[in-house]
Amino acid sequence: MLIRVKNAGLDVPSSEITPEETYLNRRRFIAAAGAIAGGHLMAPALGGKAGRAYAQGGQDFSDATDELGGEVNTYEDITTYNNFYEFGTDKRDPSRNSGDFQPEPWTVEVNGHCARPGTYALEDLLAPHTEEDRIYRLRCVEAWSMVIPWRGIPLADVISRLEPTGSANYVQFKTVVRPEEMPGQRRRLIPILPWPYLEGLRMDEAMNPLTLLVTGLYGRSLLNQNGAPLRLMAPWKYGFKNVKSIVEISFVEEMPRNTWNVQTPHEYGFYANVNPEVDHPRWSQARERRIGKLLRQPTLMFNGYGDQVAHMYAGMDLTRWY
Amino acid sequence: MTSAVIWAICLAPLLWLILRFREDGLGANPIEEFTHWGGTSTLILLLLTLTVTPLRRWAGWNLVRYRRRLGLAAFFYGLTHFMTYFALDQFFAFEYVLEDIAERPYITAGFAAFVLLIPLAVTSTRGWIRRLGRRWQRLHRIVYVAAGLGVLHYLWKVKADTLWPMVAAVVLAVLLAARLKPKGARRRKARVGR
Ligand code: HEM
Repeated sequence: MLIRVKNAGLDVPSSEITPEETYLNRRRFIAAAGAIAGGHLMAPALGGKAGRAYAQGGQDFSDATDELGGEVNTYEDITTYNNFYEFGTDKRDPSRNSGDFQPEPWTVEVNGHCARPGTYALEDLLAPHTEEDRIYRLRCVEAWSMVIPWRGIPLADVISRLEPTGSANYVQFKTVVRPEEMPGQRRRLIPILPWPYLEGLRMDEAMNPLTLLVTGLYGRSLLNQNGAPLRLMAPWKYGFKNVKSIVEISFVEEMPRNTWNVQTPHEYGFYANVNPEVDHPRWSQARERRIGKLLRQPTLMFNGYGDQVAHMYAGMDLTRWY
Repeated sequence: MTSAVIWAICLAPLLWLILRFREDGLGANPIEEFTHWGGTSTLILLLLTLTVTPLRRWAGWNLVRYRRRLGLAAFFYGLTHFMTYFALDQFFAFEYVLEDIAERPYITAGFAAFVLLIPLAVTSTRGWIRRLGRRWQRLHRIVYVAAGLGVLHYLWKVKADTLWPMVAAVVLAVLLAARLKPKGARRRKARVGR
């Protein structure tokens, strides 16, 4: 794909040049990777504050791959093929029906068992932290997948600052409810899903270094269809766990219900870890179609992130806790 | 004129597909889009085939001689839909296809619906109609079962939003109910018979 490189003032396919910033970012990635190598964090972590200003115009990820060699999907595919039922159930609905949505200004309410509850302007919630670019696989429960260069901050950094107390065993997230701006929420007869969309993570999952609070992709701010201005990304879980357009973060004691689990409990659990051995009752999870590829490929346990996350589920029966 | 309209109805899904393809080449996941197109087209044509009898009965509009064309079009889209699944989606992976047919109720229902349509398509020729005589009518009542299974397949396939499968179910129910003979009519007929 062709990205105009703003600073260079050139109009050439960006794949043909390697701007200095990207070069520097790669060096930073290597440094970062070295620093976290002990934690087995394999995901490419590029970027940082310096890279941010440059990347507003979009950064070149066209040749980038994940750590397994999977090519990054095109910006077009990532921004036109979406499941975001608040804007409709067709994959193209979110990109077509989200034009009225206003992601600015944005506030996030923090409540529950923590020392610093309150209503935070998005900038204030994120300001003290450094954004990173990370290339993750996204595996949808519908058996398709993409490779996406996200931009965000580790959720653990934000949570630490909010100082959850000892009884905060889980974190619950809530998507905004705005029927005026979200056509999928308007239907009265046979509502698509019960709104608001709710999701949750166990505290150790939320604190896992892989878990991101995402603000952008391809080095640009998130578009409405991708969950602007703030969404979750826990790449070892099925896509539906990654709640979009977050307005509320609650620290709770009991395992929260998540929307799909409420909707169809025997098909969607709380954990929703990618698992090729536990089929969805209605289709196989053993293989997946990578968007842009013809043939299906095997699905990896924990979506290939087992080294970083499997320890959290040691001894758990993953057939029961699907 | 009527014939041309019926042809247009039968070919409309192809036109829609061409327009959709020109728009964005079927999008990021063309196989999924193609599957949905084939399934939707099959179901719509199947339901249209089933409107011929109620139209004659309740509106006095006789389209019976175009019914075969509508039915064969439904079968053609059904075949395309099945081949999309078998050849493109599963890429001839027999073990997965057999597993799907055996274990996933929505595939079982869709597959059964398609298999039931095969003998109907085969026996749709004049020769077979003549050869089977009265039995032809009885055989072709299978289309009600196939349509029911098709709707069930659709209903079981969706993840959350059942609106459109419900619409299809209501339409099918109305079309089938419109075939029931009113009580009075049946009694009258019985008396005549005696
Ligand atoms: C008369 C027979 C059939 C009818 C009327 C039918 C109808 C449909 C309909 C209406 C859809 C949903 C389209 C949409 O969501 O827009 C669908 C989807 C589908 N059908 Fe069929 N179908 C039939 C036979 C089959 C057969 C034989 C198979 C395979 C063995 C099959 C496999 C599928 C698959 C894989 C999907 C897509 C599911 C998804 O995307 O989640 N169908 N079909």
